[in-house]
Parts: sequence; C-alpha cells; structure tokens
Amino acid sequence: MTSAPALLVATAIGKRFGGVQALAEVSFTIRQGEIYGLIGPNGAGKTSLFNVLTGIYPADAGEFVFDGRPLGGLKPHEVAARGIARTFQNIRLFANLSALENVMIGRHVRTRATVFGAIFRNARTRDEERAIEKRAYALLEYVGVHRRANDLAKHLAYGDQRKLEIARALATDPRLLALDEPAAGMNATETAALRSLLESIRRDGTTILLIEHDMKLVMSLCDRVLVLDYGKKIAEGVAADVQKDEKVIAAYLGGDITLNLKRA
Amino acid sequence: MHPLIDSRHPAVAKIGIVLVAIALAVLPFALAGIGTAWVRITNLAILYILLSLGLNIVVGFAGLLDLGYIAFYAVGAYVYALLASPHFNLHLPFWAILPIGALIACMFGVLLGAPTLKLRGDYLAIVTLGFGEIIRIFLNNLSQPVNITNGAQGLALIDPFRFGTFSFAQNASIGGLSFSGPVKYYYLLVIVLLVVIVINLRLQDSRVGRAWEAIREDEVAARSMGINTRNMKLLAFAMGASFGGIAGGMFSAIQGFISPESFVLVESVNILAMVVLGGMGNIWGVILGALLLSFVPEVLRYTVGPAQQALFGRTLIDPEVIRMLLFGITLVAMMLFRPAGILPSALRKRELETRRATT
Repeated sequence: MTSAPALLVATAIGKRFGGVQALAEVSFTIRQGEIYGLIGPNGAGKTSLFNVLTGIYPADAGEFVFDGRPLGGLKPHEVAARGIARTFQNIRLFANLSALENVMIGRHVRTRATVFGAIFRNARTRDEERAIEKRAYALLEYVGVHRRANDLAKHLAYGDQRKLEIARALATDPRLLALDEPAAGMNATETAALRSLLESIRRDGTTILLIEHDMKLVMSLCDRVLVLDYGKKIAEGVAADVQKDEKVIAAYLGGDITLNLKRA
Repeated sequence: MHPLIDSRHPAVAKIGIVLVAIALAVLPFALAGIGTAWVRITNLAILYILLSLGLNIVVGFAGLLDLGYIAFYAVGAYVYALLASPHFNLHLPFWAILPIGALIACMFGVLLGAPTLKLRGDYLAIVTLGFGEIIRIFLNNLSQPVNITNGAQGLALIDPFRFGTFSFAQNASIGGLSFSGPVKYYYLLVIVLLVVIVINLRLQDSRVGRAWEAIREDEVAARSMGINTRNMKLLAFAMGASFGGIAGGMFSAIQGFISPESFVLVESVNILAMVVLGGMGNIWGVILGALLLSFVPEVLRYTVGPAQQALFGRTLIDPEVIRMLLFGITLVAMMLFRPAGILPSALRKRELETRRATT
C-alpha cells in the first residue's frame, strides 16, 4: 500500500472562522486505493477539513493537490468534476425526490444534456437519459437500496438514507470518496453491512477518506489514520500505532484533570 | 416515456387526448354562445396559465421565490407594443417580435438573477419585489426627456397578429363557420399553451430539471454533487422570464393597448397565488390553479351582483369586495388543509422493472 502513488496531498491547510482556528498547518497524503481515516474529538476540525477540501469554504492557508493538480480556488461543483465526492454528517439528501432521482442527480456532472436537448429530446439526450437511469439503478443495487428506488428519499430508513447518500456520491464517478460519519446512528448489523460496502468500494478502485467516531470500524477498516485535535494534526499513521499514541489518548480521554478543566 | 401519455393504458390515454382536443376545439363556440366576453376571459385565463407555468420554473422547480415576475410580462408586452404600433411607427410582424420579446425578457431575467444568486427565501422575495416595481416605475416615467414608453398614458393602437392579409383582429368566415377575433386568438393561445406545457414537462423530467429540483431541495448538496448552481439558477430565471415575455407580447397584441397599470405588484402576487394554490412544481396543478383564479372571480362578478339584487333588491356588498374576501378565505383554508396545493408535486415513479427487462 505504501508504494501506491499519492492521490491527495494536503500541505499546511489553515482555516479560521472569526476567532476560532478551525484548522492549522494540517498536512497529509492519501494514496490511491487507501481507506484513510480522519478522527478526533467533536469540534476537532474534521468536517471543516471536508468543507475546505470540497470547496465549500476557501482555505486561508495551504493547498490541496489532487491527482497532481492543485484544487485551490475551485468551486464545489468543480471539485466534484475533478473527482472528489462527499457525503454529509447530517444527511443532506434531496428529500422530496425519489431515491433513484437522488442518484440520477449525482450523474449530472458526468452528463451533458442542455436545455435544448431537454426540450427537443433528441436521440442523444434520450440515450443519455436511459444511461443515467440505468447507472443510477445499478448504484442503488450496489449499496442495497434498489427496492426503495421509487420511494421518496425522506421516507427511507435512516441506514438506507446513509447508503443512498453514498450511492449518490458514487454516481459522480469519484476517485476519492469522502464520507462524513457514515456509521453515525447505525446499529451493529448496519455497521457491519456498511463495512463490507466500503471494502467493496475500495476494491472497485475508489479511494476513501473516512470521518468516523466508531473506533472499532475505523481501526479495522482504515489503512492509515489522521488524528485532529483543535484543528491541529496530533498523530498520523497505521491504526494500531495511533491507538497507542499518548497525545491521542489524551485528546480523547481528556488526559489529566487540569487539561480537562481548561477545556470545559 | 412520453409525458403526456400514460403508458399503462395507452388506448385510454389516446381516447382522453382526442376528447380533450375536441373539447378545446369546440369550447370557444360554446363560450361565444354565452357571450363573446367569455371568450376574452378564457384568452386572458390562458395567458395567466402561461405566466404561471413560467413562474413555476423559477418558484416550483428551482425553489426561488420571485415576487416580481410580472416585470417580465411587462417587458414582453412593451417590446411588442414599441415594435408594432404607431408610437415609433414600427410595424414588425409578430413572429419576429415575439422571439425578440422573449430574448429581452430573458436578458432581464438574468439581470435580476445575477445579483440575487446568494439570496434565498424572504430576502430573494424582497429583491424580486423591488425589481418588479422598478420596471413598472421605469415604464411609467420613461416618457421624458425622450418619449420611449409614453408614460402613464400607455401605448395604444398596437397591431394585432397578422399573417399577410389574415388578421387576428377581424371576423373571418372559414368553411361556413364565423371566427371572431377573440376566437382566432383563442386557437393561437391554445397552440402556444400546448407547446409550453410540453416544454415544461420535458424540462422537468430532464437533467436540467433534476438539477433545478436538487437546488430547491438542498443547495449545498447540489453544489457538492457537481451542479453549477450559479448557471442553473440563472437558467431558471432566464427560462421563466422568456415565457413571461412571450405571454406579454401576446397580451399586448390581444388588448391593443397597454399601460404600466397592467403590471402592478398585485399581478405578481396573483400569479404566485395561482402557482401556490395549484401546487408548486406540479405542472397540472399550476394549470388548475391558474384556471381557478382566473375564472372563479369572473363567475362571481356575474353572479354575486344579480344574486344580491334578487335576494335583497339592491347590491349590499360590492362584488369586488366579495371576490377578495373569498379569495382570502380560500387561500387561508388552502394553507391550513392542503399546504402543498390542490395537486401537490407528486413523486415521479419510474417503471424500472419493465425498463430493465428491455434494456
């Protein structure tokens, strides 16, 4: 795995919201084919890192180089076009559209029909529509929610909504799939199913960046893990080593009493 | 696949389409039997349907609240009036002006859309409301130093639609049937309406329509899924505006006279009410809403007065007041009992099993 070429290189990423330094000097490298974990206590800056990576917020400092080209200044839809797709911590599906249409929207960035194609329904547009629908249905099958294809996204069970969000992200043909707490709120069975889904996504050639609080899942799934605390990188490495790192234990358990008080 | 035909019962659907076509063809003669005024009212109702469908693209599909939509109608109407009236002594043919009107309205749509890209909900409503008023005030005051719009007096003697010697304003006898001006316009309006309905149905069920709906549902998620929300929103404003522009041009020709008074804020609100009452995002619902809000007030106008005369011997309450009262009560009741409209935007089910078997 260590020999695989780099897919995403982050160099000294910084982001400040008013008086809060959400991210400071965060550097890391994700290699192709990896499942790369991003962990840290609540408020450590994990989701901020996602938002900066996907262009929702501009970075104040540093840069991301994705697949050899910098991402600086790109808008979210341009980042998606470059091959980074994401899910959201608080599920953000298109609630009043069917599960299938949610995934079909994910195909937007890889398809071309314009207003004129839509109005005149020429052969190319019709072919494209058929291909979009077919691919979307195949992705629903892939994540296992195809039986609910025609149901409104908001009527899906919680676990299915998480899976649907992954299917929608996969529909953009990403090279890097960034998942923000996909196992949150899942029971043990659902988490196990999610683990095998993520493994097959990786097997099929998509690199995964994973924010997750379920440590069992992170430790068993991730090749390498980055630990953030107060916006700073405090550890990076193989899961087993990171688990033993004193700074990491301190960050999670509060270290000693004085540190705890300072935090409160 | 075809949006107008229910593929489960193709024969039933075809018979239905034939029946609707016959009804639409016979309707003006039936209405003319009651009174020519009703043909005019129907024409106006169709114009309102066109406007509602245009506004539905912005409000229903893309979820952008627009309270100044009438401005595009005004732009279309004035473009037609200026290019086909004695005011500048220009008399271009209507088939040349309508696309120009649509294009200019489209440009105004982008003009409104561009600065409001980051606004949503209440804030967008306020800006669009202001935009509508600005256009109206401009029309009211662009009579000096150079007289462009003729100010509050409006523009008169606007040309009717004309194909060579065939004018839409005169009576004509074709095959023994007498076609009055309004009846001829009716058929033209129905054709335009059908085209606009098909365009809307196709837009909704397309890559572009889905992108609009994604923006309506969750803009951040839409952007992250690779949708260029800026372009898509501008496109929604532009498309909606061009429909308004076409409707405006036809209004101008049918009325023969326009003034800024036809394009007041209440009209924008009225069209929005049609969209909301019928069911935002549902094309058939929007059409129903526009029909109801166009016809019911007219029916009341002809019934409330005489009914009071018969009951009390005199008119106690002005029909206009009762109209507004009923309108208000209806809207409140709708918001309480059917907040998503009479025909709410429905889930589009796709026939996956059959499709998968064939592909």
